[in-house]
Amino acid sequence: MDASSKSDPAAGKAATTVERTSERELVVTRTVNGPARLVFEAFATPELFQQWWTPASFGITLISYEADIRTGGFYRLEMGHPAMEQPMAFFGRYLEVTPTSRMVWTNDEAGEPGQITTVTFEEKDGVTLVVVHELYPSKEALDGAIASESTGAWPEQFDALDQLIATLDAGA
Amino acid sequence: MVQFSTSRLDTSFAALSDATRRGVLEQLGSGDASITALADKFHMTLTGMKKHVGVLEQAGLVTTEKVGRVRTCKLGLSRLAEATAWLEDYRRLWAARFDALDQIVEDLKQRETVDGRKQQE
Repeated sequence: MDASSKSDPAAGKAATTVERTSERELVVTRTVNGPARLVFEAFATPELFQQWWTPASFGITLISYEADIRTGGFYRLEMGHPAMEQPMAFFGRYLEVTPTSRMVWTNDEAGEPGQITTVTFEEKDGVTLVVVHELYPSKEALDGAIASESTGAWPEQFDALDQLIATLDAGA
Repeated sequence: MVQFSTSRLDTSFAALSDATRRGVLEQLGSGDASITALADKFHMTLTGMKKHVGVLEQAGLVTTEKVGRVRTCKLGLSRLAEATAWLEDYRRLWAARFDALDQIVEDLKQRETVDGRKQQE
């Protein structure tokens, strides 16, 4: 028996925190139980990345994905969700890929400069602190993303609710 | 990154399992109303209506605002509530991602352990 087998897979998951650190920035932090080289590998290897980026537990699925993960390389992925008629495409370019400490990519799907995503990996005592930093081009861009994606989601949600109400009323 | 509000949708569905609450939403669809007016409309006590509105508010379907002694209800989230809900959805997305990532990293660690043993043999 090696030492790693003592870890209980059901043991508490590390906390994921999100903070809007400024008018233009969002920061996500999470500690992953493993060395930075492995966490980086899971981010920078397409076959591994696609296994966790669109978690089934969140109801989203990966429809297509291609990525050339190196500085200057491009990526494109399509996600689906039962509430959406059309898949959503995301694409951009890697501004920096530095094993095993840092990745920076653009988010260009909006058709205008989008947020820049910077991920850093800091290893300490065998665990890795992952910091995801998203820098929006302006306060308006981040406010707009929040507003459009919250209120923008409502028509779809209300459509779904309308259907549910119709079903419930028909059964009543 | 676009957010998916599945948890809010679930809460919304739960809130809508009640015929009175569906009626309240329909009513608010044609205009804001006070809790007192809603209670009258649905032949309920003020306390009963407050409970229903509370459930709808929790689900983010209704916002209430108290002006003087009157609490007015309207459809939808307040801006602050929207931003808070968006951030929470965003956090949940990343938490789900990292939980899946944990498994990948665990597998990679196992692979290294196995490879290490092979090299020693």
